[in-house]
Parts: sequence; structure tokens; C-alpha cells
Amino acid sequence: MSTALSKGRLKGAGSGRPRTPVPSFGGLPTPVRWVVYIALVALAAALPSIPGVADIMSPQNDWASVLVFPIGLYILMALGLNVVVGYAGLLDLGYVAFFAIGAYTGAILGSEYGWGFWEALPVGILLSMIAGLLLGTPTLRLRGDYLAIVTLGFGEIIRVTANNTDWLGGPRGVTNVPRPPAIGDLTFGALSTKPYWYLVLGLIVLVIIIGKRLERSRVGRAWAAIREDEDAAELMGVPTLKFKLASFAIGAGIAGAGGAVYASRTTAILPDNFPFVLSALILAAVVLGGSGNIAGVILGAFLVAWLPERFREFQEFRQLFFGAALVLIMLFRPQGLLPNARRKAELQEGSGGMGTLGAEVGAAATQTVEVDKK
Amino acid sequence: MSNFVDLFWSSTIDGLTIGSIYALVALGYTLVYGVLRLINFAHSEIFMIGTFASVGTISLFGLSGPASGLTLVLVLFCTAAAGMAASGASAVVLERVAYRRLRTRGSSRLAALISAIGASLFLQEVFALRWSNGELHASGRDYVNSERVLEKTELFSIGDGIVRNDKLLVFVAAILMMIVLDRFVNRTRLGRGIRATAQDSESAVLMGVNINRVVVLTFLIGGAMAGLAGALYVVYFDQTRYIIGFVLGIKAFTAAVLGGIGNLRGALLGGLTIGLVENYGASIWGAEWKDVITFSILVLVLLFRPNGILGEALGRSKA
Repeated sequence: MSTALSKGRLKGAGSGRPRTPVPSFGGLPTPVRWVVYIALVALAAALPSIPGVADIMSPQNDWASVLVFPIGLYILMALGLNVVVGYAGLLDLGYVAFFAIGAYTGAILGSEYGWGFWEALPVGILLSMIAGLLLGTPTLRLRGDYLAIVTLGFGEIIRVTANNTDWLGGPRGVTNVPRPPAIGDLTFGALSTKPYWYLVLGLIVLVIIIGKRLERSRVGRAWAAIREDEDAAELMGVPTLKFKLASFAIGAGIAGAGGAVYASRTTAILPDNFPFVLSALILAAVVLGGSGNIAGVILGAFLVAWLPERFREFQEFRQLFFGAALVLIMLFRPQGLLPNARRKAELQEGSGGMGTLGAEVGAAATQTVEVDKK
Repeated sequence: MSNFVDLFWSSTIDGLTIGSIYALVALGYTLVYGVLRLINFAHSEIFMIGTFASVGTISLFGLSGPASGLTLVLVLFCTAAAGMAASGASAVVLERVAYRRLRTRGSSRLAALISAIGASLFLQEVFALRWSNGELHASGRDYVNSERVLEKTELFSIGDGIVRNDKLLVFVAAILMMIVLDRFVNRTRLGRGIRATAQDSESAVLMGVNINRVVVLTFLIGGAMAGLAGALYVVYFDQTRYIIGFVLGIKAFTAAVLGGIGNLRGALLGGLTIGLVENYGASIWGAEWKDVITFSILVLVLLFRPNGILGEALGRSKA
């Protein structure tokens, strides 16, 4: 009896409490926020140098090199895919294709034509963006789930083509990719991996700034409109194809940059470095963390990259866990670990991507009207 | 091009054989898409489960060599039944575990598709697990070979193409099964429920269709078809592997889209077309380009005829 009473009282107290504004990070004055940002970046830059961290985070492998790949590059790619999946609500299952294009561009230009890393990087980004536009122009008119399959097919086309083309090294891939030239005292080397981390971190910061600026711009609002209801957005005068293409190209360019860095880090690439599973893992990172939310995506990518490295004894079961985790997250927390408030609401009401499932019965069925796009 | 002419008949025969397997798998995609508007990404793994069940069943018989006579019929029948049962059951479990909750809450299709991808990765890895030295390892990455059930003999030849008994068996079994399914969906009460749900789920519910039963039935039928495809695949190739479904699944999906997704006859037409085009393409450019050819067809089809050759809709066109 008494327990029931106290339970009831607690419940009442909880719901009746006047809502005090939660102190949010966004509400802090701008200078304070900038100080926090700079402190975070400085902390991230110092990560490989702080004594003790390496023993906790990565006892088996060189911590700085784990930070570069997979952690850093996964974060970079997840941030890029977030532009496509999180902002524009387009499902890209062949994202690894753009990573591969960037990597192969950097590798071929470097090892065959003697270009330096810094000259090859922009070309890699550019070619990836062009590939994104070429793939996107015809396919972005399609329904969301068709797009997913076409992009998946594109990812496989790129991998199989690299495997079958002698000019791209065939199954043996490309070797002798040059490392970036030394900057002052920072020499990029097989064992000297810290400079690579600074490079990746720089790219991540750049991508975060670009992503944030885009999200709050006209482009970002157009993406949100497309994500929530493409037909309504089109009727309101949003040139949906143009904005979808923009998100595709930006995402592709970010993956391309990651690919170029990856090629110069490993100095040798194979077609098998770019399997479908990599696309699925990056997607898992975005969704797990909370698509649309930069902090969430970084957290998701970190977990996806770091957990198997740290717990190497479980590494062979990694895909098993990710498969199960993807299902469970979608069932119980489709908004991810650190959700974006707007995305959360969208996912619950069934928009935020491709509309609801058919054959649904219940509240959602009366809310949505399928527009037949014939 | 001369290769294309030289190999025309053998490419045609191989194309029709593998195409009928694509068509059987494509039926599952088409049915589920027609009813739920969901790409059941894990359907390729349902097919893979069917192949493993068939390999297991064949090994149970402990054949010393290819069977003949009544034994052959018995083994083939049991293999097909086991494949269909295993795949059908796993498809139903898949629906219950990975999709039911999303469906009843009217979740986003993005969420359902990601859940499907997760289920697909999970199932692949489950079939890569092996016991060795009392410990579980994900080491089963190689092909698992099956005993040969059917002595592969030459029946007759068309031009330069040789028709073997196993190829004929695959083709005939697939066509027969598809006729049965087509009759079922178009003639029976349960089939009418499926078509009604595909056409307009809300009205179907109002008319007294038990929607949960329809969805489960759809998964069961689609799974059983994939299971039969798995059994035929094992009889034809004598092997399987944990990842066997991945590329085959995408091709089968392409077949479903090519024929018009949601359209059962379209799945047959699409499957055979993909099989033929892929083999003709391979005779011109080489077998290593097969997958690129298929995916390029997918992109082209979606560009120029996104509704497929025969048009979409399970319920709409032939209600």
C-alpha cells in the first residue's frame, strides 16, 4: 500500500513540476562556446600524446595509428554520410564508392604520375564529387528505397571495376603511394602517425564547420523540408533535385578526402579495402549515434571504430554484433544515442526519409496519404 | 562479338537456368514490397539459409555417389522441402523480430530498411560461425561443399548449347512453382487477401482482412520460394557459402524491379531477362564483368522505365 502511494506521489511530482529551462550548451554565450570548442580540439589533438591514454584505449596496437584509421577516418566519413542521410534523408548504401574513388585518385596520381599528396587531394575530392553528381543526376529522381539499392549497386560496380582494370592495378591494387611531405618537424611516416592524426583532425574540424554552417543555412532548411515531405517541399518551390544533388556531392567529396588520406596513410590499396560492409558500418555509425546530430555521429563512429579495436578478442564477431545492434536500435531507439530533436520527432511520426511502411494499421495510417508518383 | 555468336546457345541455356533461380528469389522481394512497400534486404539471407538447409539435408542421406531412380526423387523432394521449410520459417521469424514492431508503430521506411540491413549482416555472420576446439569462431568463410545428388548428364543439344538434366530440372521446377504461386495469389481466398492489402491496406482492413496474417503469409510464401531456389542452387552448383545471398539477392531484386516490382509475372520475366543478359554480356566482355552488367541494367531500368517492363502493383493491375 505504502509503496503504491509513494509511487503515485513520485509520478505526480514529476509531471507537475514546472518546467525549468534545462541549461543547454547552445544557450551559453558565444565566446564561452568557442573556448569549449577550442579546448575540445586541443584535447583531441593531444590524444595520442597524453601518457596513459594509449594503454587504456588501445593496449595492443599503436594508439596514434588506431586514431587515424579506423577512428579518425570513420568519423570523417560518418560526418560526410551524415550530410546525405542525416540532413537530406537520402539513404546511400554505396558510400564506400566515393571513399574508393578518392583513394584510387590519390594513389594513381601519386604512384604513377608522381603527384604530391597535397596536389592529389583536391583532385580526389573533385573526382568524388563529380562521381556523386554523375550517379545522383539520374538516380536522385527515384524513390528513396530504389536509391538505396542503386547506390549499393554503384558501390559494387566501382569495386568490381577496380578489380578488373589493369590500369588500376587489378586485384593487386596500387602500391607506393607517396606520403604527404613533412611540415616543419612533422614527418609523415609508417611509424610516425601523429601527423596523420593532426591531418585527419583538421579535416574533421573543417567538415564540422561546413556541416554546421550548411545545416543552419537556406540549404539546410531545404534539406529538412525534403526529408520531411519531398512532395510538399517541391510544391513550396524548393528545387528538390538540386538540393539532393548538393547533399550527394558534398557527402561524396568528404568521403573522397578521407579516401585520399587513407591511401597515403597505408601507401597501398586493394579493391578489397572497399567492401559493402564498410558502407554498412559507416551507416551504422551515423544511425547509432543519431543521424543529423554532429556530436551523435562522432560518438557513433567512434564506437563503431574503437570497440572492435579495443576488444580484439571479439573482433571476429564484430559484424554479428553490428547486425544485431542495427536491428535493436531501429526497433527501440530509431533516433540513435544522441538524437537530433527534430529527427527524433520525424522518425516517430514516420517521415524523415521515405514515408511510412505500407500495410500499417493505426494512428499513422490515417495521417499519411501516399502520393502515387507515376 | 564473335564470342557472342559462338556461345549464343550455351549462354541462353545457362542464362535461363540461373535466371529461374533469380526469378524464384525475386518473388519474395516482389511480394513483400507489394504488401509492405519494404525492400526486405535480408531476403538474400533467407535464400542463403535455404541453401544451407539443403546441404544439410543432402548430407543426412549419406549418399556414396549420385543417386538414381526412387532414391533420387526422394532426396530431391526432401531437399526441396527442407529448404522451403527452413527459409519460410526464418522469413516468418525475421518479420516477427525485425519488422513487426516497426510496422505496427507506423515507423519510417528508412528505419525498416536499416533494420533489414542489420538483420542481413547478422544472419550472414551466424552462418559463418563454426565450433572448433570447443570454441565458437566466425571462421566459416569458405564454400561448404555438398555431395552431388544428381549425375549431370547431357540430355540433348540446341545448336552448340548442351542441355543438361540439372539445368532442365532447375528451370522446370522454378516455372512449375511459379505457376502454382500465380494460381494461389489470383484464385484463392488468401491470395485475394494479399492482393487487397497490396492495393489498399486500410480498405482491406475495413473489409475484414486480417492484416497480420496476410503479412506473415507473404513472408512465408516469399521465404518458401527462396528456399526452393536455395535447394535448386545446391543441386546445380553443389556448394554454398555464408555470403552467397548477397550478390544473388541484389540481382534478384534487380529482376523484381525490371519486371515491375509487386508484379509476380514480372518477377519471372525479370529473372529470366537478367540471367540471359548477364550471360550474353559475359560472353562479350568476359565473366568478370557479370555483376557490373547487372547493376548497370538496374540503373538503366530505373532511369527509363522505373515501373518495370510489366508495370508495378500486385493488386492494381490484375485485381
